[in-house]
Amino acid sequence: MIEVKNLIKSFDENEIVKDVSTTFVKGKTNLIIGQSGSGKTVLLKCLLGLYAPDSGEIIYDGISNKMMNDSNKTLLRREMGMVFQGSALFDSMTVLENVQFPLTMLTEKDDDEIRQRAEIAIQRVELEKDYKKLPSELSGGMQKRVAIARAIVMNPKYLFCDEPNSGLDPKTAIIIDKLIQEITKEFNITTIINSHDMNSVMEIGEKILFLVNGEKNWEGTNKEIFKTNNQSISDFVYSSELLKKVKKYL
Amino acid sequence: MFYLSDIGKYFIMIRMSFFKPSKWKILRKLIFKEINDLIIESIPIVSILSFFIGAVISIQTALNLSSPFLSKSLIGFATRQSVILEFAPTFMSIIMAGKVGSFITSSIGTMRVTEQIDALEVMGINPLNYLVFPKIIALLFYPFVITISMFIAIFGGFLAMTFAGVSGEAFITGIQMDFEPYHIIYAYIKTFLFAIILATVPSFHGFYMKGGALEVGKASTLSFVWTSIIIIVVNFITTQLLLS
Repeated sequence: MIEVKNLIKSFDENEIVKDVSTTFVKGKTNLIIGQSGSGKTVLLKCLLGLYAPDSGEIIYDGISNKMMNDSNKTLLRREMGMVFQGSALFDSMTVLENVQFPLTMLTEKDDDEIRQRAEIAIQRVELEKDYKKLPSELSGGMQKRVAIARAIVMNPKYLFCDEPNSGLDPKTAIIIDKLIQEITKEFNITTIINSHDMNSVMEIGEKILFLVNGEKNWEGTNKEIFKTNNQSISDFVYSSELLKKVKKYL
Repeated sequence: MFYLSDIGKYFIMIRMSFFKPSKWKILRKLIFKEINDLIIESIPIVSILSFFIGAVISIQTALNLSSPFLSKSLIGFATRQSVILEFAPTFMSIIMAGKVGSFITSSIGTMRVTEQIDALEVMGINPLNYLVFPKIIALLFYPFVITISMFIAIFGGFLAMTFAGVSGEAFITGIQMDFEPYHIIYAYIKTFLFAIILATVPSFHGFYMKGGALEVGKASTLSFVWTSIIIIVVNFITTQLLLS
């Protein structure tokens, strides 16, 4: 579980994240949603420790970021897995090498054990036939799967995904969303997904935080989101013509 | 103020590249890869350029020594001095700023654009140690490239003169004439400094670049410009300090 208390982050006097407080639940897929420029990525990067908050507190399973020194932060990062928007796979490495990379770099395990663990992660994302391929030989969806395998190979306590289905067709996007949700349950991890995709919200939004201009505007579940009277979230959810038509039948 | 903060950032980057080292097993592999990419793969172009430029230096020197009172051995002497003092260390380093420097900036810059550097940071790996440190170590072998350049350039001069009908013996006498070992030391001190510049300035431009694919190209050009300028300025300072 990750608790965020009164988090503020600014760049050059521009307050990007404004006094956000929330809780991201363990074993559930937590979504941060909002329009582009609403502060989702900055909040995610604060949670990852890539940006230091100006004020406020982030508590990772009872341990506050304020209590951590540099070595504690390094250890915490090893408990985090991240799926980047563009997958961020290492171009010159094969699928297997990409997945093995964190184990090779950060653990003292021997080569056989590293390979075994990487193969388990690759099997979990159903890419066992492609482990010798380079990222350039994979489709966008397959690259996302490799990124997920690399993120879970260290058995993380926290999984962060930055728009994991951007650039994917709707069917593949749902497959990736479902995969992330299954992995969250299977490994009982705290998963935080940054998204503005309404399909993801409906499919896997077990806990949703809605940001408007860096402020928390609404939070709830995917079931509650369609019943809320909050105008901002309703405008966001029903922004497409298709969903406006669906709303008429609800 | 902008340049001052960049200079500070540059030195912090160099310092940080020695911190939180990756496992030696991994670093060793990366260093060998960089030696191959930056040193071994530069030898063919350095050899070709050195051969022809050495030849041109000797032809132009010969052209200016038309007086029958001047010994032909002076062609060898002038070629040796030009190659060792200036052409091999400085001129080659500027060419390498284009070849090696652009390669370093574009490879690190692409990693920045495609979030691969962010991925390293999230994993708790020091990206500067992983990406920049092996390049610094690999370029410590750069004097080896410059040694090859010196030999081939002088050999190019020798062949050009032989084809032009100047006695090879006179040329060899010239390259042995008034040999000052300190000039070699001076050349290698410069080469060592240029090696550090070649590894770090392009890395800086790649690592701290912002934007997308277009900016990678811009960063590579900027990196070449700055590396060349810094090499020329450092060349002047070292020459002033060591030779004047």
